[in-house]
Amino acid sequence: MQDLKLRANDNRGLSQLEAGFDLLGWHEITQGSILHSFDGDATNIVNLKAEERTYSGYNSYTATVASWRVDKPVFNIDVCIDCQNCWVWCPDSSIISRDKQMLGIDYDHCKGCGVCVEVCPTNPKSLLMFAEQRELGEALSQWPEKKKKEEKN
Amino acid sequence: MAEKFDLNEREVWDGNYAASQALRQADVDVVAAYPITPSTPIVENYGSYVANGYIDGEFIMVESEHAAMSGCIGASAAGGRVATATSSQGFALMAEVLYQASGMRLPIVLNVVNRALASPLNVSGDHSDMYLGRDSGWIQMDAFNAQEAYDLTLCAFKIGENHSVRLPVMVHQDGFTTSHTAQNTYPLTDEAAAKFVGKIVPVDDMLDFSRPVTYGAQTESDWHFEHKIKQHKAIMDSRPVIDEVYAEFEKLTGREYKRVESYNMEDADVAIVALGTTVETARIAAEELKSEGIKAGIVAIRCFRPFPFDQVREALKNVKCVSVLDRSSPAGAMGAFFNEVSAALYTTASRPLVTNFIYGLGGRDFSIEEAKRIFKEQQAHADAGHITTDIQQFSGLRGPYLGFFQTKRG
Repeated sequence: MQDLKLRANDNRGLSQLEAGFDLLGWHEITQGSILHSFDGDATNIVNLKAEERTYSGYNSYTATVASWRVDKPVFNIDVCIDCQNCWVWCPDSSIISRDKQMLGIDYDHCKGCGVCVEVCPTNPKSLLMFAEQRELGEALSQWPEKKKKEEKN
Repeated sequence: MAEKFDLNEREVWDGNYAASQALRQADVDVVAAYPITPSTPIVENYGSYVANGYIDGEFIMVESEHAAMSGCIGASAAGGRVATATSSQGFALMAEVLYQASGMRLPIVLNVVNRALASPLNVSGDHSDMYLGRDSGWIQMDAFNAQEAYDLTLCAFKIGENHSVRLPVMVHQDGFTTSHTAQNTYPLTDEAAAKFVGKIVPVDDMLDFSRPVTYGAQTESDWHFEHKIKQHKAIMDSRPVIDEVYAEFEKLTGREYKRVESYNMEDADVAIVALGTTVETARIAAEELKSEGIKAGIVAIRCFRPFPFDQVREALKNVKCVSVLDRSSPAGAMGAFFNEVSAALYTTASRPLVTNFIYGLGGRDFSIEEAKRIFKEQQAHADAGHITTDIQQFSGLRGPYLGFFQTKRG
């Protein structure tokens, strides 16, 4: 059974990006509205997995930017063949995959565009769109059966 | 390594050539440019230095002025020393990107050879483009001749790149009257110029992979105000740095610069406040008026932004009548320069009379005789104790007399 609360990092989604931090005064903000992506030296950070990186509070990685999603993709691990199609196509890097194992959706960044569902090649699909407020367990319990070939037409 | 460029102690350079030599000596990393009259020769000369091996840096020809300044922003954010040049419509096309450069606190140097804005199309000098930049968050310095265009361009790098400033800097000169008029110019040696300007020490440069940064963040109502005011304060706070750089330059060359230049102001009763080559015209007029018993002085704004509110006030507090000359169509207002000088004078105890002349649009000549006439008219106001003409008048305009607004004082 898949982990329905899976996230790549426990620190993620703590805040809304647009109102995230203590509202600093003009004397405290960065010069030129420059934002640093990482805390500390980031020389070799490219070699680390996202969840191991020291993303700063100014990086959208640590904030949710998905508040306006209406429909969400739901992932069914029992059908998935780990082809990575959805991971390749997702425009928001919101498919969480490690060692070519599809693990789930990053709901803090997924905008609900549905591309992952479109490109999923399995029968039935391993990803389907549901209304945002729908419980994941409930959505999984309503997964369609495999379509028979004669049903196609 | 760049080829050695032989220079004489005294050269005969026009303003464009002087500015391009300053760019060469400043060892600029990237020049991204799209030439436009009358600033074309700055870029053209620089291109020839590149072609002949005198430049180590990159020269990028782009498809518009918007792209030129955008390229400059990228190169400056990457950590390089960056410069370009433009005029008029090119400057107008850059306008959007000028605000981006200053907002990101990138110390780009822009040579602006002042030219009128169309329509009607005109290639000659006035200050419309210069005025267009006045709220853009750039430091704006004004050269009145070729020597000053050279000197101030070198100073511009040192001011803008100072870590307590970190702002882009424009160096203005008048189209044609300065840019295309060859004059004696005394350049520094390459070694002395390089030593004076120094090496750029980058801040938050995008090529520092140990510390990745985002440039051009979006800030809405909860952040934008603070960022803009931090930037405004930085421009205000650049004043002592500008003074320091001018002082250091004087030590090196003997050529003295001040954010507000004063000529014959020690005992002046009347004054002209002006920008650009007009300053030199008015200086000759003031000298000639001595024999007629008129004590005329000139206050010239070297540093248009940050506006030297305090120094303007100090320079003019003892005169009786001031005329502020605006070389840009005010299009439905008093001249912008008049407004700024008047605002400064309003906070003095003496509150001298202030009048406004719009003059020289589209390169219309401004003669010594006309400067004398304006001085004499200010003397008449001073003698009467109030402004005896309309407050806003037009110098050198054909057609029936035109003027706007009368004084309510006196």
